Amino acid sequence: MSSTDTKVDDLVDRDYAAGFVTDIESDTFPPGLDESVVRAISAKKGEPEWMTQWRLAAFERWKTMTPPDWAHLNIPPIDYQTISYYSAPKNPDDAPKSLDEVDPKLLETYDKLGIPLLEQQMLAGVAVDAVFDSVSVVTTFKDKLKDAGVIFCPLSEAVHSHPELVKNYLGSVVPVEDNYFACLNSAVFSDGSFVYVPKGVRCPMELSTYFRINEQNTGQFERTLIICEDQAHVSYLEGCTAPMRDENQLHAAVVELVALEDAEIKYSTVQNWYPGDEQGKGGIYNFVTKRAECRGARSKVSWTQLETGSAVTWKYPSCVLIGDDSVGEFYSVAVSSKKQQADTGTKMVHVGKNTRSTIISKGISAQQGQNAYRGLVRMGPNAENGRNFTQCDSLLIGDQCGAHTFPYIEAKNPSARVEHEATTSKVSDDQLFYLRQRGISEEDALNMIVNGFCKDVFQKLPMEFAVEAEALLGITLEGAVG
Amino acid sequence: MLEIKNLHARVGDKPILKGINLSVGEGEIHAIMGPNGSGKSTLSSVLAGHTDYEVTDGEVIYQGENLLEMEPEERARAGIFLSFQYPVEVPGVKNIYLLKSALNAKRAHQGLDEINPVEFLKLVREKLALMKMDEAFLHRNINEGFSGGEKKRNEILQMQLLEPTLGLLDETDSGLDVDALRIVGEGINHLRAENRSFVMVTHYQRLLDHVKPDYVHVLAGGQIRASGDFTLAQRLEKEGYEGLLAEA
Ligand SMILES: Nc1ncnc2c1ncn2[C@@H]1O[C@H](COP(=O)(O)OP(=O)(O)OP(=O)(O)O)[C@@H](O)[C@H]1O
Ligand SMILES: [Mg+2]
Repeated sequence: MSSTDTKVDDLVDRDYAAGFVTDIESDTFPPGLDESVVRAISAKKGEPEWMTQWRLAAFERWKTMTPPDWAHLNIPPIDYQTISYYSAPKNPDDAPKSLDEVDPKLLETYDKLGIPLLEQQMLAGVAVDAVFDSVSVVTTFKDKLKDAGVIFCPLSEAVHSHPELVKNYLGSVVPVEDNYFACLNSAVFSDGSFVYVPKGVRCPMELSTYFRINEQNTGQFERTLIICEDQAHVSYLEGCTAPMRDENQLHAAVVELVALEDAEIKYSTVQNWYPGDEQGKGGIYNFVTKRAECRGARSKVSWTQLETGSAVTWKYPSCVLIGDDSVGEFYSVAVSSKKQQADTGTKMVHVGKNTRSTIISKGISAQQGQNAYRGLVRMGPNAENGRNFTQCDSLLIGDQCGAHTFPYIEAKNPSARVEHEATTSKVSDDQLFYLRQRGISEEDALNMIVNGFCKDVFQKLPMEFAVEAEALLGITLEGAVG
Repeated sequence: MLEIKNLHARVGDKPILKGINLSVGEGEIHAIMGPNGSGKSTLSSVLAGHTDYEVTDGEVIYQGENLLEMEPEERARAGIFLSFQYPVEVPGVKNIYLLKSALNAKRAHQGLDEINPVEFLKLVREKLALMKMDEAFLHRNINEGFSGGEKKRNEILQMQLLEPTLGLLDETDSGLDVDALRIVGEGINHLRAENRSFVMVTHYQRLLDHVKPDYVHVLAGGQIRASGDFTLAQRLEKEGYEGLLAEA
């Protein structure tokens, strides 16, 4: 075994190195992946035979694939046989019982984020007593959704309660064989959210994964499926603001969105996985496949994301604009500091007529961070009058970091227009000095400049997330100057 | 209030200030004139704490404290305000946000609570009126797309709000039209007080017609080569630096 392999082993084997101190008795499979493991995962979840077969087919396919190597990332090879593919607390009583049992560093982060104590307990997976308000909050919230006809439940539950919907849509946007990581996810996915908004329904509230993650402590292979029928609307928030329980691990998630006629889906992510330490040791390898299909005419999907965590990010939320007049949007802020590497961007695939897409990408690199934007805009032969506007800005803090832009444009229809603007700027000493001369601390001055740079994107985030995003950026860039 | 003794400073390997001596008393106004590249902006930057400049010798005492040991923000909070010759743009950050953050930083230093928003707006509007500036400037990004004169006016607006103890004005008059010059002049006069001093860098006597200095100094080659009262500026206007410095 080469030394890089050993390093990865270190990474994946390390117990609670950066996270929780609580020893939780969990039901964990021994490391390794073969057909019996896939079957065992399926059995653990009591899945019907069709689901088991689906997983097995994915696994067969995965064995024939090789990991992609085109990204601007430097990743040591990962030994998939050293990873455990299933882990769950044996019994809910094993969760930390009070905040005293939770890593104080984590609590410090929550404090900085201004998250209220009760919510801190939930984020940390502390079993919150049923008499607490939040529990009833969760319940009323479920009733309200039910009244509206919205289905919002774990995917593992939907497999049983709504098998037809799952069968119809699972893997229909991101096919099993789409890419190496998506294929692996299809074989071993642990859990995730399922959202179904019926025709004409506007989901009465923002849906969030906060609770779900903490209630169920899902693993590193999540899978989310959101379906919006004709004229349906939903706004979904994915809050990975808390470092997860199983930290130094591979995270390979799949998200599929389907928007039918006049439907609208807004998907926001604030991602703050553990990024690893200053030496680049540890951290999450985040390989995520997120894709939306705007199948109906005039449908619309927006992806808004703030990526601050992970050691390595490989992520390209995409829109396939099939319906005529459909709209895809991508607003992104990606930060790489310390030794983080991010290769992220989007794909806008214009299939139908008059389809429009907007891409606003803000990349921030600090310390030795490397940030790459990779964006594909494809105007298909039938994309009459297709329009894309791409704005891709990079901000450098210090001179050891890097920003890279890889735009790919394919235009197969002469009436389509693609516009691309790119800028690279540096946080200048003069800007910092100007603000400090007004009495503002160096740290605050940097935050001000960086937040100003990200403003176009933060404006697209739901209000409470925007506040959190700003706070998070501040924490991420702590110590990036000076 | 400010005592500069034998101040030497350099940028990289290049010495720029070569032994500045200057003493500014409470309530005084000092004008600093001098040829391009003589080190006037460098002096203001060093006093404000810009890290590009390395002090190699000498000392600066401000209100009894060693100024050179303080961080730029500490100097600002202690009442030093620099009106920049070239104010920088900060994209995406609204002017009003800077004003509020700066004021609150100062208040925190004084042990006061953050100003309440209603009171703040009232105060800012008062200062805007004084500077004859449109409220729209509050909601524009800091200096972004401002004309040269607007940037200078914006600097003085900030100074009005922060009410410093020592104002360092680096060519605030450059780029101003006649009306703006009068407004800025009035703005500075408005702040004149027994315990507030100013050091104004300028190339022209016209600002000094509005704001009459107590002392005028000529900085050349990194040193103060001549000092006098208001009439020194008038002589400069007639004789130019070459003539004046040849006599000195
Ligand atoms: N950051 C820097 N890097 C290199 N040289 C510098 C730097 N700052 C100042 N200098 C040099 O130091 C000298 C003095 O500059 P300074 O800006 O202080 O002059 P000034 O008296 O303000 O001139 P002006 O009247 O044109 O504004 C100039 O020769 C200038 O080029
Ligand atoms: Mg100058």
